[in-house]
Amino acid sequence: MRDVAIIGIGQTPVGEHWDRSLRHLAHDAVRAALHDAGVERPDALYVGNMLSGELVGQEHLGALIADFVGLRGVEAVKIEAACGSGAAALRMGYIAVAGGIHDVVVVAGVEKMTDSPSEVITSALAMAADQEYEAGQGISFVALNAMLMRRYMHEFRVPHDAFAGFAVNAHHNAVGNPNAMFPRPITVEAYQQAAMIADPINLLDSSPVCDGAAAVVLAPADSEVARRARQAHGIARIIGSAIATDSVAIHDRRDPLFLEAAFLSCQKAYAQAQVTPADIDLFELHDAFSIMAALSLEAAGFARRGEGVRLAMNGDITLEGRIPISTMGGLKARGHPVGATGVYQIVEIVQQLTGRAGPNQLPSARLGMAQNIGGSGATVITHILEAAD
Amino acid sequence: MVVHIPRNWRIRQQRYRLVGERCERCGNALFPPRDTCPHCAESAQTSYMLSGRGQVYSYSVMYDGPQGYEAYLPYTVALIKLEEGPMVTAQLTDVHPDEVHIGMPVEMVTRKLTEEGPEGQIVYGYKFRPRLRAN
Repeated sequence: MRDVAIIGIGQTPVGEHWDRSLRHLAHDAVRAALHDAGVERPDALYVGNMLSGELVGQEHLGALIADFVGLRGVEAVKIEAACGSGAAALRMGYIAVAGGIHDVVVVAGVEKMTDSPSEVITSALAMAADQEYEAGQGISFVALNAMLMRRYMHEFRVPHDAFAGFAVNAHHNAVGNPNAMFPRPITVEAYQQAAMIADPINLLDSSPVCDGAAAVVLAPADSEVARRARQAHGIARIIGSAIATDSVAIHDRRDPLFLEAAFLSCQKAYAQAQVTPADIDLFELHDAFSIMAALSLEAAGFARRGEGVRLAMNGDITLEGRIPISTMGGLKARGHPVGATGVYQIVEIVQQLTGRAGPNQLPSARLGMAQNIGGSGATVITHILEAAD
Repeated sequence: MVVHIPRNWRIRQQRYRLVGERCERCGNALFPPRDTCPHCAESAQTSYMLSGRGQVYSYSVMYDGPQGYEAYLPYTVALIKLEEGPMVTAQLTDVHPDEVHIGMPVEMVTRKLTEEGPEGQIVYGYKFRPRLRAN
């Protein structure tokens, strides 16, 4: 197996892009990543996307985007794993380069959500759940997470306020990210007063509906293109990569408050990278809802059961804390263009590991972990990246 | 809007009577039915009707809804732990949201879930209400 490096990154701002279509957003991210990598023509393009069929009426994104970005002829397919589509596409790119099938691969994540009315988006997002036995009962995706949050508050005797630190931290970090959707701080009081979406999840527990695209270029770490990119701006090696799955429906889980797939994919990634949670310098986790941040911290081994929320209360998750999360705003404040999110997380970790994170730069980040979650924990993809000197 | 007539017909036994399956090997009751036991990976195709009695494991009051459900907002949804073991996701009915609590005994009833447009199918299925007596 070959050592794989990320040699180029690109992203669009996250937001309501009424003037840019899905293909234009993908174009901007892919062209930026190829330029950053110093690559003209990769061997393959893998596109992570969840909702283009439902919200844009467009499938067949592999060929569409390959052609639109000037890569007509290359191998290109769309990869889908609900909100985990972006990291699932990265995993496919990693397998292709590590396995020696391709030398240079570009992985893009793209989502266009804001053209559609809210009830259409709500129905589309519920496709990440079990259509016949969850969504078919009129349950929204937010409500599924809300039921996890209420049970967590009940079992571990945690008040709703305890979760405020996740939203406050995410918004604080978004201020330093020019690509974030909400680059403004919020207060605990604003969190307490936010409108309910699905009780107990309020507006500030929840990531926004938005558009965006991000892309990365992969190549063998010892290749000539990687050497040039390393001299130009630094690269990051992928030293752990794993996908694990659980039941799609929450009601089929052994214990709904334990993200078993997150635990499994972390264990696999830690073993491959030969590291432990204590070695990780930053963790871009899947804070689509604040409850998911708490559950991810627990499943990944940063906190005991029921104590993930304490990391937010104690300030352990800030840029200066023990385990910084959402360092560029996270899903909450950078934004969560669902199929693109997993690639944004990787782009941001590469920024941190190569000294390109601007005002949010961590002083000595060597190891970064990204975790992208499809559904309410059914597909969990974990990547561990290491700075290459 | 997608027309779901064959799908709704296929799962009528589940929607109207909570018919699941039982694993003959480990004895676990399964709902929804899935033909292979998730506990022991054995074939499990023996039909088994659940009692419809259970307790609220968790719940949420929804203020934003998917297409076809907007007219019913706000409504209460729950995870119900059934007496026989399986958990089921469903709406609560015949109860004010303020009266719902974790552990509340509930029972299955048949109610309208949605209408698939003015000329489409009216979809019925299970919801759960506070248990009326200690049946």
